[in-house]
Amino acid sequence: MKEHVYESVYLRSKDFEEGRVLFETWDPNTHYAWDAGIAIGRYLQGLKAGQLIGRHCPECGRVLIPPRMFCESCFCATDHWIPLQDTGTVITFSLCYVTWDMIRLEEPLIPAVIEIDGASTGMGIMHMLGDVDPDAVEIGMRVQAVWKPAEERTGSITDIVHFKPVE
Amino acid sequence: MSLLHRIEHAGDALAWHGDMPTLGRYTAGIAGEKFFREIMENGKFLGTICPSCDLVYTPPRLYCEQCFAQLEEWVEVPTTGIVETFTIVHLDMDGNRLPEPRVMAFVHIDDTDGGFVHFLGDVEPEEICIGMPVEAVFKEPGERQGSILDIAHFRPR
Amino acid sequence: MNGNRVAVIGAGMTKFVRRAQETAKELAWEAAHLALASCEMTLDDVDAVVIGTAPDAFDGVHMKSEYLSDGCGAWGKPVMRGYVGGGTGVFAAIQGWYHVASGLFDTVLVVCEEKMSSCQPHPQGAFLTIFDHTTERPLKPNLLWIFALEMNAYMNRYGLDKRDIATVAVKNKRNAADHPAALLGDPDITVDDILNTEVMAWPVQRGDVSPISDGAVALVMSANHVARRATPKPVWVEGVGWNLDTAYWTNRDLSYPVYVEEAARMAYKMAGVTEPRKQIHIAEPYDPFDYKELHHLEGLMLFDKGEAPRAAADGVTQRDGDLPVCPSGGLLGVGNPIAAAGLMKVAEIFWQLRGEAGPRQVPGNPKRGLAQAWGDLMQVGTVIVMGV
Repeated sequence: MKEHVYESVYLRSKDFEEGRVLFETWDPNTHYAWDAGIAIGRYLQGLKAGQLIGRHCPECGRVLIPPRMFCESCFCATDHWIPLQDTGTVITFSLCYVTWDMIRLEEPLIPAVIEIDGASTGMGIMHMLGDVDPDAVEIGMRVQAVWKPAEERTGSITDIVHFKPVE
Repeated sequence: MSLLHRIEHAGDALAWHGDMPTLGRYTAGIAGEKFFREIMENGKFLGTICPSCDLVYTPPRLYCEQCFAQLEEWVEVPTTGIVETFTIVHLDMDGNRLPEPRVMAFVHIDDTDGGFVHFLGDVEPEEICIGMPVEAVFKEPGERQGSILDIAHFRPR
Repeated sequence: MNGNRVAVIGAGMTKFVRRAQETAKELAWEAAHLALASCEMTLDDVDAVVIGTAPDAFDGVHMKSEYLSDGCGAWGKPVMRGYVGGGTGVFAAIQGWYHVASGLFDTVLVVCEEKMSSCQPHPQGAFLTIFDHTTERPLKPNLLWIFALEMNAYMNRYGLDKRDIATVAVKNKRNAADHPAALLGDPDITVDDILNTEVMAWPVQRGDVSPISDGAVALVMSANHVARRATPKPVWVEGVGWNLDTAYWTNRDLSYPVYVEEAARMAYKMAGVTEPRKQIHIAEPYDPFDYKELHHLEGLMLFDKGEAPRAAADGVTQRDGDLPVCPSGGLLGVGNPIAAAGLMKVAEIFWQLRGEAGPRQVPGNPKRGLAQAWGDLMQVGTVIVMGV
């Protein structure tokens, strides 16, 4: 089977650093300005006001978070906003010791999927856990949002600093 | 200020900003490595020949795109050619006016089936015409880096 | 079986390397011309080309398939490109299948290529834009999070032991020692070696992750009348399936890949497979992480939910086991150039069913195998069932 495998040329990092191969670089400079959209626009507005908002589907009856203007399962328009609680349950989590460009962290970041009280079962959002010992985090743990003070909120998911264990 | 509000001008629309943090790093490739080193070291152009299709590729290629054969015959090709087409560029990528207009041309290299997109220089835009014979002007050896920009521009010959 | 009968009659690939000197086009040509040579065909015999390469940002070239096209033998031919992230490798073979099954083309060249090393400082720069730009990216996520979150959900649901999961990494890296194109083949690696690697995003450790790579793979697929003349051993496509789940990944049950099950059902139905555990003799599920091989095996209904890890630890999925899984060495052992990896698995089934896999050959004359790939925001399942 070896005759069906081509011997591509393997380079090392050093080959680039020491100029042993020729190469060009290009910064694509891709910057984007996205519309939040109708549903997320309202979600962000809710975050600024210190509240999590969901959206109701008239056909399946689910309460969806993140909110969306149509239910992707029933393919129909969702019909009204539902204010939700800012507490929930940890569905899953990780302890992350590296940044996206592979730099080591001393203290782990704790991303989690949190099922939000008031939304349908399994309706989670991604956020961070904080004010908690990494070794104490468990799936099924009850958590509550820690909000920035009102004057610091801008209408972003980061208006919630993180979720911490319910006292 | 609410996040859902009427605006007068489209530019006032609130938008969520972000980017895609990547930098492209492109190797010259197997064929390209040889081609650009020859320009860098000797100020010459190379091509590869496909004997079945009777084609001379420049920039040279590892394989023939028409018959897929591996191309192993390398030749030196002229640094002269003909302007196949050209354009005079007045704006930069972001739509701002350039201090001086630049001329870009596709130069068909003599005795080959290929050529380069490059600048035309040492010539007034009004003097340029399709079919004009040109020659490559290389940067000084010490300034060359193994890049298409080792050619400063093409000029009338 | 829908449409005309289609067979894979040839395959070729490049070595999977960390950084290739070749341009993306050259990589594509290297694999494509070897695939044609393997069944003694030329570009003149090729009626259409299917290109799989995902996404543009990795190679750093806009309209990447058009850029790659000459290296894919596509000059002057009808071309189609599809991409579903990592699912592309098997999806491209599926597209090749329906090009020929439709009766529109007799012979199709399917080429998959990825050059991850062009994306600096790390392909994650492009990859992590898969997170929602407004509701998730402000949290500065790392792509590893979604895999770690899924792995934890899976482990927690069934009370799984990391040692059992690590046996997959060991199996695949050892299998890969017999693959001429492999990047990380290691005949001596042990479970402790895997468990001693650094924790990246718990529960994911470095040893659980496949290496990103550059590489290309190509297949030649033909209609019945061409296949029978071209080779004494065509490998027939018996079933195909593909399915996409919602991008709202935080609303899904991450402990089970239902989209893989849906794709598998579609492929099994087409192939007339009613008892996959008996009727599938070799499986090449997508294994970018060791736990994913197990997750996918359950989605493919080859093992009960939560049971695949124990079976792996018991040796059921070794090359000489009851159901050999990833005899190629998979992504964990051979490497992971996103689109090409899935097609490497299809090529492996091709070589295995023809008895041409050399030291990787699964014993017992296997007659039917499947390859499965996965991608996007943990969304897509693509499955192909092949047989002789």
